[in-house]
Amino acid sequence: MNAPPDDEQALTPADPWTALRVHTQARIALGRSGASLPTREVLAFGIAHAQARDAVHAALDVAALHRDLDGFGLPILEVRSAAATRAAYLARPDWGRRLDASSVEALMKCATPPDVLFVIADGLSAIAPQRHAAALLAATLPLLADLAIGPLVIATQARVALADAVAIALGARLVVSLIGERPGLSAPDSLGAYVTFAPKAGTTDAERNCLSNIRPQGLGYEDAARQLAGLIRAALVEGISGVALRFEEDIALPLFS
Amino acid sequence: MFRASIGVRSHVFGSLAELLAKASPFRSGDALAGVAAVSAEERMAARVALADLPLRVFLDQVLIPYEADEVTRLIVDSHDAAAFAPVASLTVGGFRDWLLSPRATTEALAALAPGLTPEMAAAVSKLMRNQDLILAARKIRVVSAFRSTIGLPGRLSIRLQPNHPADDPRGILASTLDGLLYGAGDACIGINPATDEPAKLRALWEMLDALIARHGIPTQSCVLAHVTRQIDAINAGAPVDLLFQSVGGTEALNRSFGVSLALLREAQDAGLSLKRGTVGNNVMYFETGQGAALSANAHHGLDQQTCEARAYAVCRAYAPLLVNSVVGFIGPEYLYDGKQIIRAGLEDHFCGKLLGLPMGVDVCYTNHAEADQDDMDTLLTVLGAAGVNFVMGVPGADDVMLGYQSTSFHDGLALRETLGLRHAPEFEDWLIRMQLIDVQGRLRSARELPAQPFGDAIEALSR
Repeated sequence: MNAPPDDEQALTPADPWTALRVHTQARIALGRSGASLPTREVLAFGIAHAQARDAVHAALDVAALHRDLDGFGLPILEVRSAAATRAAYLARPDWGRRLDASSVEALMKCATPPDVLFVIADGLSAIAPQRHAAALLAATLPLLADLAIGPLVIATQARVALADAVAIALGARLVVSLIGERPGLSAPDSLGAYVTFAPKAGTTDAERNCLSNIRPQGLGYEDAARQLAGLIRAALVEGISGVALRFEEDIALPLFS
Repeated sequence: MFRASIGVRSHVFGSLAELLAKASPFRSGDALAGVAAVSAEERMAARVALADLPLRVFLDQVLIPYEADEVTRLIVDSHDAAAFAPVASLTVGGFRDWLLSPRATTEALAALAPGLTPEMAAAVSKLMRNQDLILAARKIRVVSAFRSTIGLPGRLSIRLQPNHPADDPRGILASTLDGLLYGAGDACIGINPATDEPAKLRALWEMLDALIARHGIPTQSCVLAHVTRQIDAINAGAPVDLLFQSVGGTEALNRSFGVSLALLREAQDAGLSLKRGTVGNNVMYFETGQGAALSANAHHGLDQQTCEARAYAVCRAYAPLLVNSVVGFIGPEYLYDGKQIIRAGLEDHFCGKLLGLPMGVDVCYTNHAEADQDDMDTLLTVLGAAGVNFVMGVPGADDVMLGYQSTSFHDGLALRETLGLRHAPEFEDWLIRMQLIDVQGRLRSARELPAQPFGDAIEALSR
């Protein structure tokens, strides 16, 4: 997608301030076709939007994720939310926060209260957990070896707060939701990690801590794992999460800081 | 109780709030709130009942109790009965006819605004097709000014929005220069900061102030931090032009934003005290958007469009320069697709203008909404036809800080070319002096540009 050479014949001469591009990832000095964008820029934007749209609508390949998570030696459970379809999921966030009836029953059968529970959820980008959840867990779990880790729970059509319902059913002290973030034009596969101590019905976002943009080109697995483990330990020691959690390193921001 | 019969079926609506909600065109946020009509016929029955309702009903019945909500108190206490007189005998349906008739001239509409409550504006909009919302709004002119004059007939202004995910001043300056070179920025240069840190915010105000002063740009800067941060900055001596705040239509929503009517007055007074405007004194910039009240659980059972109209009652108490409905930002659980976003954008623009506000619209969407650039092109063009005061200008329509798609500098150029819309007059003169546009107002080709527009700034960036 390089700009074409600027010659007298070019229909879309390069903007003389193209050098400013080094200062920002914003789409500046794009050139013009009359009042509109040059064709190459219409296509570049279209590609980014297409990838984001595909990420929103991609279904989580649960079987493949199950295989990827097999090696951790933890039981693996599968649950889904009360949103039956992707369209219902997008329109009704309240349904995406509730477990469907069969999932509630499945969880009741295997309750063994853990310290820490991981819920791996599709969220708004299933390709994010598909690509990054197993690698992040591989880096994180060794840092938590002294803690009782619950089963790995794969959740579909899930919002962040669905993890609260799972944690309540399994009696977990703390839950981590590893969930696909809303895809942006620059990254369709960012994974978020939301940490909630003593989750309950009606937990607010102010009571969670969040690590964002986890992916190799963003917050890398090793860094994310170190920060996540630190956050989990701080929340367990302090007995709280969210805005009120005092944490030495300025890394895990409350959701709406 | 309100009733309407369609054929053999009789429909009953228990309250004014229920009637308004069920008369609303379908949108996902009203379904999420559980206030939408349950069938298409019930929706039409609500509209039939609403059309027969005297406008005066909205003076007698408040939707949120006077004692419980300071926005209701503002609406009731500031109502101008004399201004209301010309339409006082009309029903809601009759008011729609009046708005579209030749009697509703630009002058008559301007005189009427203080006599209308937001609920009246919301009610009549629910009986109006998109075409009606365009026809009525384009008759209304609301002009505001600071260093540029915004909202004159045949003019369109752009808020230059040069956001950067880390607030890097170089990145923000690069995007700002890009926008100015594309002829954008006559509404304001407004940065959404990622940080809340006073020193970093101060650097942004200083940078924009220096740029505007150095090049004599007839525009105003704004750093869209929380309003308390902006008041603090004024007290610390920062060069603040406009004061920004997000506001909503209920006291509870404003509380969730950390503001009250008294705090907004304090902000306006702080802005006015600096006397930085040259052609006007409108110092406030407000943003609103349908769905915000429900998302904060502060909607009191009202539909989201009625809540939004009530936000305009808040805005108009402070003589703003700019009021911006950020229509598609909130996501598909409130406005599901392009159709709902387009409808909401036209409603917000019409209701705001009707209530006397200098309305702009952030024509925008997120990647999980069923919408794309084509939908935004449509909304932008119909808003241009409706006479919108200003829209956003974001590099390439891609806001790399807020993570959503708005309108680009190019979109502004396209709308100017399609509808023959010129810049704010002071900004137009400046663009001609800078040799960036020709006398027809068209951007010069990159080959015809003067050697070094903003040469010193670009040079400073490359050091």
